[in-house]
Amino acid sequence: ALKPLGKTLSKPGVRNVVLVEGVRTPFLQAGTTYADLMAHDLARGALQGLLNRTAFPKEAVDYIVYGTVIQEVKTSNVAREAALGAGFSDKTPAHTVTMACISSNQAMTTAVGLVASGQCDAVVAGGVEFMSDVPIRHSRKMRKMMLSLNRARTLGARLSLLGSLRLSHLVPELPAVSEFSTAEMMGHSADRLAAAFGISRLDQDEFALRSHVLAKKAQDEGLLTDIVDFKVPGKDIVSKDNGIRPSTMEQMSKLKPAFIKPHGTVTAANSSYLTDGASAVLIMSEEKALAMGYKPKAYLRDFVYVSQDPKDQLLLGPTYAIPKVLERSGLTLADIDAFEFHEAFAGQVLANLTAMESDWFAQNCMGRKAKVGAPPMEKFNLWGGSLSLGHPFAATGCRLVTMVAHRLKKEGGQYGLVAACAAGGQGHAMLVEACPQ
Amino acid sequence: RCVSRTHVNYEVKDNVAVIRINDPTSKVNTLTRQLQDDMMEVLNEVWGNSAVKSAVIISTKPGCFIAGANIDMIKVCKSAEEVSKLSKEGQMMFEKIEKSPIPFVAAVNGTCMGGGLEFAIACHYRVATKSKKTVMALPEVMLGLLPGAGGTQRMPKMLGLPTAFDVMLTGRSIRADKAKKMGLVHHVIDPLGPGVKDPEERLIEYLEEVAVGVAKGLAKKTVTVEKKKGLMQKVQDAVLGIPLVRNQVYKTVTQKVMKQTKGLYPAPLSIIEAVQAGVEKGPAEGYHVEAVNFGKLAMTPESRALIGLYQGQVACKKNNFGKPEREVKSLAVLGAGLMGAGIAQVTVDKGVATILKDTTTEGLARGHDQVYKGLNDKAKKKSITTFERDMTLSFLKGQLDYSGFEKVDMVIEAVFEDLSIKHKVLKEVEAVIPPHCIFASNTSALPIREIAAASKRPEKVIGMHYFSPVDKMQLLEIITTDKTSKDTTASAVAVGLKQGKVIIVVGDGPGFYTTRCLAPTLVEGIRILQEGVGPKKLDSLTTGFGFPVGVSTLIDEVGVDVAAHVAEDLGKAFGSRFGGGNVDVLKTMIQKGFKGRKSGKGCYVYSAKKKDKQVNSGTEEILKAFKLTAPPAVSGDEDVQYRLVSRFVNEAALCLQEGILADPVQGDIGAVFGLGFPPCLGGPFRFLDSFGADKLVQKMKRYEDAYGNQFTPCQLLLDYAKDPSKKFHK
Repeated sequence: ALKPLGKTLSKPGVRNVVLVEGVRTPFLQAGTTYADLMAHDLARGALQGLLNRTAFPKEAVDYIVYGTVIQEVKTSNVAREAALGAGFSDKTPAHTVTMACISSNQAMTTAVGLVASGQCDAVVAGGVEFMSDVPIRHSRKMRKMMLSLNRARTLGARLSLLGSLRLSHLVPELPAVSEFSTAEMMGHSADRLAAAFGISRLDQDEFALRSHVLAKKAQDEGLLTDIVDFKVPGKDIVSKDNGIRPSTMEQMSKLKPAFIKPHGTVTAANSSYLTDGASAVLIMSEEKALAMGYKPKAYLRDFVYVSQDPKDQLLLGPTYAIPKVLERSGLTLADIDAFEFHEAFAGQVLANLTAMESDWFAQNCMGRKAKVGAPPMEKFNLWGGSLSLGHPFAATGCRLVTMVAHRLKKEGGQYGLVAACAAGGQGHAMLVEACPQ
Repeated sequence: RCVSRTHVNYEVKDNVAVIRINDPTSKVNTLTRQLQDDMMEVLNEVWGNSAVKSAVIISTKPGCFIAGANIDMIKVCKSAEEVSKLSKEGQMMFEKIEKSPIPFVAAVNGTCMGGGLEFAIACHYRVATKSKKTVMALPEVMLGLLPGAGGTQRMPKMLGLPTAFDVMLTGRSIRADKAKKMGLVHHVIDPLGPGVKDPEERLIEYLEEVAVGVAKGLAKKTVTVEKKKGLMQKVQDAVLGIPLVRNQVYKTVTQKVMKQTKGLYPAPLSIIEAVQAGVEKGPAEGYHVEAVNFGKLAMTPESRALIGLYQGQVACKKNNFGKPEREVKSLAVLGAGLMGAGIAQVTVDKGVATILKDTTTEGLARGHDQVYKGLNDKAKKKSITTFERDMTLSFLKGQLDYSGFEKVDMVIEAVFEDLSIKHKVLKEVEAVIPPHCIFASNTSALPIREIAAASKRPEKVIGMHYFSPVDKMQLLEIITTDKTSKDTTASAVAVGLKQGKVIIVVGDGPGFYTTRCLAPTLVEGIRILQEGVGPKKLDSLTTGFGFPVGVSTLIDEVGVDVAAHVAEDLGKAFGSRFGGGNVDVLKTMIQKGFKGRKSGKGCYVYSAKKKDKQVNSGTEEILKAFKLTAPPAVSGDEDVQYRLVSRFVNEAALCLQEGILADPVQGDIGAVFGLGFPPCLGGPFRFLDSFGADKLVQKMKRYEDAYGNQFTPCQLLLDYAKDPSKKFHK
């Protein structure tokens, strides 16, 4: 039996902002079928897919905001390049945002702001991450020499510069995988976080397995309808995520820790993996959407961004964000029908759940009187999560919001809650309310 | 029987005995009698329990594994034999652990020093947390002792001869990751952030979980104790397997020690002897020599002096003036010179918002660079990250005006040493600062009451005398006038402690305490130079007495202009007692541009390239022009040394007599940490106790006959000379 609907979260004097549609390319493990593409190719796929599915008139798109984390230097404003390549109007401005794993959340909330303030009626938001190719640079020494070479006027000056070339100049610089402020790898931080909250290896493996099993089930039942096919030039049409692999506890227990050796608990199997993928959503004012004949999926309501210590609380964003966003909208945890958390690491998700259940943490770290409580597992990430579906950094945010909207529809719920952590010790939460059916 | 056990307990978890240490009577665990007795009892029970297959030793005390042996246990001993016995008991306990039928894992979090580290290395496997509090060291040498519980025997086996000597002869602190690289620990654990309980409590729990896992592995033989040796290690082991090579190592190390200590410190030599005995003649002889040497060392005056300094230093790291009414949260430094920038650096280093004000952009830029360089050097040495460097630097605000001064809690001025400038600055500052703000003057000689005379609120004025370079020198001399309020003093001490300083609080007067002791010593040095002893000879005589820096070099380091300034000012204040050398020597040097190291020439010539400094021939000529005849009766090497030292010590005693110094402990600490008085003598007062005031007075009387009243012993010295039972230190 459906529970009676609660109050709507619409606010007087504020335009209702709706999610009209959300799509994504299949999420593939880095180095697989997408390997020879470029980031904006995937982004084009998502954007084009959105246009195709909605049949939205391109000239009606007022603005495009897109997220990305590891930037391809050639397309530093990947939003604009992808939009042009996807056949959007060249009259539609586009900008790129970056906020680590919540980049496309930032793109969406930017869109919400543009619509709510009346600046725009229809904004496309999204995000792309392409981990099959990352910018690897010459060393600083080499770059300095090459730049000086550009300025050297005489042959003699050029030769003397070349003469200073040493073997060490040729050592390349890889993109940073560790936090700049703390020089710690995220997996290392996640392992320490799990240890701080006493999350065992077994708990982490079980959670990761749950994610894969649920994702497989969702895939098999055809629930992952946000996926649009992607044709890779010279290869097959890709239509399914390829990282969903339910394993067995026994197999998972055999893996060695990936970051903290030899006693750590975070392994390749209970972490999210490097993924290629892109996502896109259409965000509109409700009145305009209805006027154009669309049936919006959900309202995008209150949202918050939080940030905390990047060393010891790097991945605790959800714990900090959720009580705040609930308070803003006057809801409690019990009012929420569907939870979609970003799963960076199984240990990180479980640490957040434990922190939310802890009065000690609430009192000593958050300055609150009491804990907010943890979401019940029967409402939590029921169609898999980043651990199994994959996690293209800047594409995950739209995947979460679209998925929670689809789940509300399917499960008949009213409120959905999205939460995610991000590098830099930042976090985000957003309340999504189902549109009347 | 369990009831009587208060310091050590254990429980058996999955066939692993987890032995937990916690001394309920103290903030730190030390190897007291009670702890050792409890430990032996537990060990015997563990060994008697056939279900126990391995064991973990862990401390449940936050921030401390075992801080070392209890110094008081050694201090109460009356003879070398008694101390040797203590050593033998320690050796025996640790040997039992080493030869235990079940493997032992030491789980180390926090301080693990001296006997604590010897305990840990007797275990078969070591796991340590990378907490900032986890520090391993064998600091016995700094107390004039040696690691007397098997340390000299196990260290060489574990680290190889060269590294073992380095660790034991320097007593340096080793952090966990470094210890892992050296092979001192097998396994390290990162510290944890907050979870569902106090992070350190959880860290200790986590450490125990990991250590228990290792202990199980050791029992099942899935974990091995042996570490994989690198190629370099194998080569080194092979080379050191040759007796001839080892002999060369002992010889080189001994030479190095002799060069650095001038033979004034017996402990390093004893350590070498104990190591050599163990390696060359076997463990029985090694342990024997270690125990005997430990006993002997404990009875030496050098050890007493060094222990006295250690305890004095601990005492001078406390605030005896109570908690200040307001914590200093923001501070301004006037003058971005060497001192000003140094003070700013040690302040921002502790996260205190600091304004650095100068009068010119050039001065400001130089000062800012000095702070940056100080922090960047730390980053280069990896003691902080570049990010921490940037964060720390963000607390620094450089400016030319007084904006923001209306919000600062304390102003420290480090402007030019000139009373009229100090008055001008004080008035300018008082016009803008809030009423509660403290005004501190960083001066090395100007009396604070004269500076405070220009103040509308003299109760808020105090002296804070830093030593150069501020980020390296540990001492801070705080000077109070009769008008300085107690809360102002409490605040100044709190700031100094935050900056990491060892603090003495002294009364006001020309030169306070430290500069007042230094001035007559420098003047005597000039007299000695005038008498024809060359700068190099003078340096070697002073360093030969135990001063870390010779007098000629000291003049160059301090700056010839500063030395002249101080000698003249204090000469005016104290009259002929501060006579001796002719200040005109210094003035002529200044005229010729020989201002010391900063100008490239002083007593010596300084160049960036040459390591070996040459005597400045220009200065030699000046000295010839001011030549004085040396009275032969008091000009032998030893007399030259005692002339310098007796003037220093007499002035220190006068400071105590006049109440400038509150107690001899602060006098000793100030002299050693601020002026480099020989640490092996423990400071002027400890020196008087061990050398004998009567003997020094006798020498001074001879010098007095030759030179006059600069050598007249003060009343306090005479009193102590008359009654040999009177001692400055109990």
